[in-house]
Amino acid sequence: MQTASSPAPLLAARGLSVGLVNRHGAFLATKRVSLAVDRGQSLGLLGESGCGKSITLRALLGLVPHPGEIVGGSVTWKGRDWRSLSKSEIRRIRGKDIAMIFQDPASCLNPVFTIGDQVTETLRLKLSLKAKAARELARDLLDQVGIPAPEERLRLYPHQLSGGMRQRVMIAMAIATEPDLLLADEPTTALDVTIQDQILTLLAGLKERNRMAMILVSHDVGVVAQNCDLIAVMYAGHIVEWGPTYDVLRTPRHPYTRGLLAAIPRLEVSGGRRPLQTIAGAPPTPGELPEGCPFRLRCSSARAECATIPVTLDHKPPGHGSACPIVT
Amino acid sequence: MRPFPPGIEEDAWLRLTKRARLDRRWATISLYAGIAIVAFIAGLSAAAPFLGLKDPTATDLMNALQPPSLAFPFGTDDLGRDIFARVVYAGRVDLVFGIVVTYVSLVIGLSIGAISGYFGGLIDTVIMRIVDLVISFPFIILILTIAAIVGPGLTGAYIGVIAVSWALYARLTRGEMLAIRRREFILNAETLGYSAPRVVFVHALPNLLRANLVFSMSDIVLNILTLAALSYLGLGVAPPTPEWGEMIAQGQKNLFNAWWISTLPGLVIVLAGIGFSLIGDGLADRLDESGR
Amino acid sequence: MSLIAFAGRRLAQAIPVLLIITVAAFSVIHLVPGDPARVMLGSRATDEAVQVLREQLGLDKPLVTQYLDFLKAAMRLDFGDSLFQRTAIGPIVAARAVHSLALVAYAVLISLVIAVPLALLSAIRRNLLADHVVRALTTLAFCMPSFWTALLLVLLFSIRLKFFPTSGLGDSPLAYLASLTLPAVSIGLYLTPILLRSLRASLIQTLGAEFVEAARARGFGEARILFKHVLRNSLIAMLTILGINVGFLISGAVIVENVFSIPGLGSLMVAAIVQRDYPVIVALTLVFGVVVVAANFLVDLSYALLDPRIRQ
Repeated sequence: MQTASSPAPLLAARGLSVGLVNRHGAFLATKRVSLAVDRGQSLGLLGESGCGKSITLRALLGLVPHPGEIVGGSVTWKGRDWRSLSKSEIRRIRGKDIAMIFQDPASCLNPVFTIGDQVTETLRLKLSLKAKAARELARDLLDQVGIPAPEERLRLYPHQLSGGMRQRVMIAMAIATEPDLLLADEPTTALDVTIQDQILTLLAGLKERNRMAMILVSHDVGVVAQNCDLIAVMYAGHIVEWGPTYDVLRTPRHPYTRGLLAAIPRLEVSGGRRPLQTIAGAPPTPGELPEGCPFRLRCSSARAECATIPVTLDHKPPGHGSACPIVT
Repeated sequence: MRPFPPGIEEDAWLRLTKRARLDRRWATISLYAGIAIVAFIAGLSAAAPFLGLKDPTATDLMNALQPPSLAFPFGTDDLGRDIFARVVYAGRVDLVFGIVVTYVSLVIGLSIGAISGYFGGLIDTVIMRIVDLVISFPFIILILTIAAIVGPGLTGAYIGVIAVSWALYARLTRGEMLAIRRREFILNAETLGYSAPRVVFVHALPNLLRANLVFSMSDIVLNILTLAALSYLGLGVAPPTPEWGEMIAQGQKNLFNAWWISTLPGLVIVLAGIGFSLIGDGLADRLDESGR
Repeated sequence: MSLIAFAGRRLAQAIPVLLIITVAAFSVIHLVPGDPARVMLGSRATDEAVQVLREQLGLDKPLVTQYLDFLKAAMRLDFGDSLFQRTAIGPIVAARAVHSLALVAYAVLISLVIAVPLALLSAIRRNLLADHVVRALTTLAFCMPSFWTALLLVLLFSIRLKFFPTSGLGDSPLAYLASLTLPAVSIGLYLTPILLRSLRASLIQTLGAEFVEAARARGFGEARILFKHVLRNSLIAMLTILGINVGFLISGAVIVENVFSIPGLGSLMVAAIVQRDYPVIVALTLVFGVVVVAANFLVDLSYALLDPRIRQ
């Protein structure tokens, strides 16, 4: 994916394909996905719901839900293949070197334990702290993520906190171990717009301070544009465009990315109203496996050969790849 | 066969597709095996008079307490009656009871539940209070009490079991109704100005049937078991009419020296129950639109 | 303090339900077609005897007065006399309730010991061989008539192996326990499929919850996730499942008590119906109703104790 620089990237996926099972049979949720992040870098995975971005994120941590599994490609962490690691090594990496936060903070916390129980459990297991030290650190962490009156909050149950506060708790647990990489699955989608901003600012600050890498999954172009150095656009399980955020947003190359960007309403100071564009049709359901370019059925530039071309990224401008050989 | 997706490890992909196929196949096998079992027992019972079976009520003391043999496949009871013939004839009482009671309850419960869920408010509160009470009350006590009022016998059993089992359908339907209440096709029908009964019974009903049909299969089993239990207690079908539970009761006094009298009719109940349960499992998979 | 308020509110909700039950129990006698006193005594009874019974039962008074008298008496646990045994019903019911209670508790214990581990196994190995086997056994047990299971157990353990008595109750504590074992196993096997199915569904739901995935992403071991996070949630569900099925449990007990001739409330109920002993039927309907309401109340209360979301 990235030009092979000598030190291995922090995390890299090469040709990753994840198979899942639904009632119609087995299907590929992601197809030959390759990506990489380095220390201090943030990558945005952008796409519509069902395009395979969330399952990609889970596959990076080896968390594909049974009966699904990774059926092709590999994931490497600091140059080591996941498959060469033992179960206990994987458990040590999870939650210590790589942390993850989820879309719905309401259901990510166990409803029957207090916030304090859950935060200190992580600290005791991951940092081998004693109960008292864990309690103190937990209080500091809640303070760090901007939760007022942390001492009292520790005694509360998840349902007694607001959505924004719960997400802050999740973040506090995630950053407790100063992870090298944070995986964030739509971290602000379930929250109000004002809270969204606060959470994203918080994440950006943490990233700066700890030189943490981040992979942010979102369907929201704005969220990705503000927070990420790199963008990978996913469509129907494929990465169809990859590049630095500025380049991708400024000069999108793949027809799908262009459609996606044209579909964002924007306030224009002059020039009157511009009709809002939409992409015709619907994305293919995960079970369908069209040969060739997956976007051809909705693409206005589609030609006959689109049905047979392989979906691979070119790299015409260095570091900015598109999977469409037709539109350049 | 679909071309093999490129970039995929062949054995991993095959493992996955096999897993997917296996689950589907189990559901199909379950459905057809269930239909076969039920059809076999029902067919035998329906055709009973034409099978050249011995008279199920004729006593023959010369042949009392015969163990299973070629002449008497399931043996004979203490009055020398052929147990196989009795089991087959009993199917007419038990299966008809199970099916009639179940679907009468379904229709009653579904109507009440749909009304309750559709209108909400006070009607809903009152209906659901009654439903909760009926469901949480020990059903056998309710049925026995009704049998005490109506008098023992098949009629009491019919009334008693229907009086109890409608409530489960009402609760199930109400839940489904609440779930689809705000879906577009109902709102659409309302905006078009259709009357409330039309909306409830024409537009929503097919969607409510799904869960009810799946549940009705276990309910048939429960209802057959209930009739058998009532007859066993001497409050259902009266002797000498053959009925599975009554036959088990008859065998109890000879349990020491003639195990087959009680055991074999019980096995037939279990077999019929498994048949309906398998159909239920298969149907659940077929009618499940949500995927997994 | 909020727990007491919760209990109070829940108790207040139970009162109308209890009233409905008293009305239903009271109505039993009046729903019988014909003259209740005549039906109770049978067709050969003299007119004088019928008249005496009518007065004894207060059937000549207005319906509302009858109901209020019934309610007042019931509060003093006075249910009148049994027509068949010619003694007060209260003490009869009390003596028999002990045996029924012991039997039901024993059965629940057996059922939990079978259902909880199997449901756990089934849920973790979902759609794998172990799960298919457990589900097949569940369906089998569900289809077995409880009285038939009881007879099979007698055939095997009493007649062939002579481990347990075939019927009745033992005198010494050990003999008592031994004589309750087969009945309790029969009821247990009757209840187990119901509990197991619900528990398996609840476990699968919890295993799929996001907080489980989050715990995995945090690198927690599977054993810790299962036994600390999932089980705590599912035990709360288990309590609800038990509460919902109290009625089912009692039904099983009524049938099985008759198989083993255990002098409990279930065999009393069946005998009363056969003998047309209406005062006993009325009293038992009321008792069972109160038991169900009380059980549900206790379940809700312990639920509130365990689940922080309910409390406030």
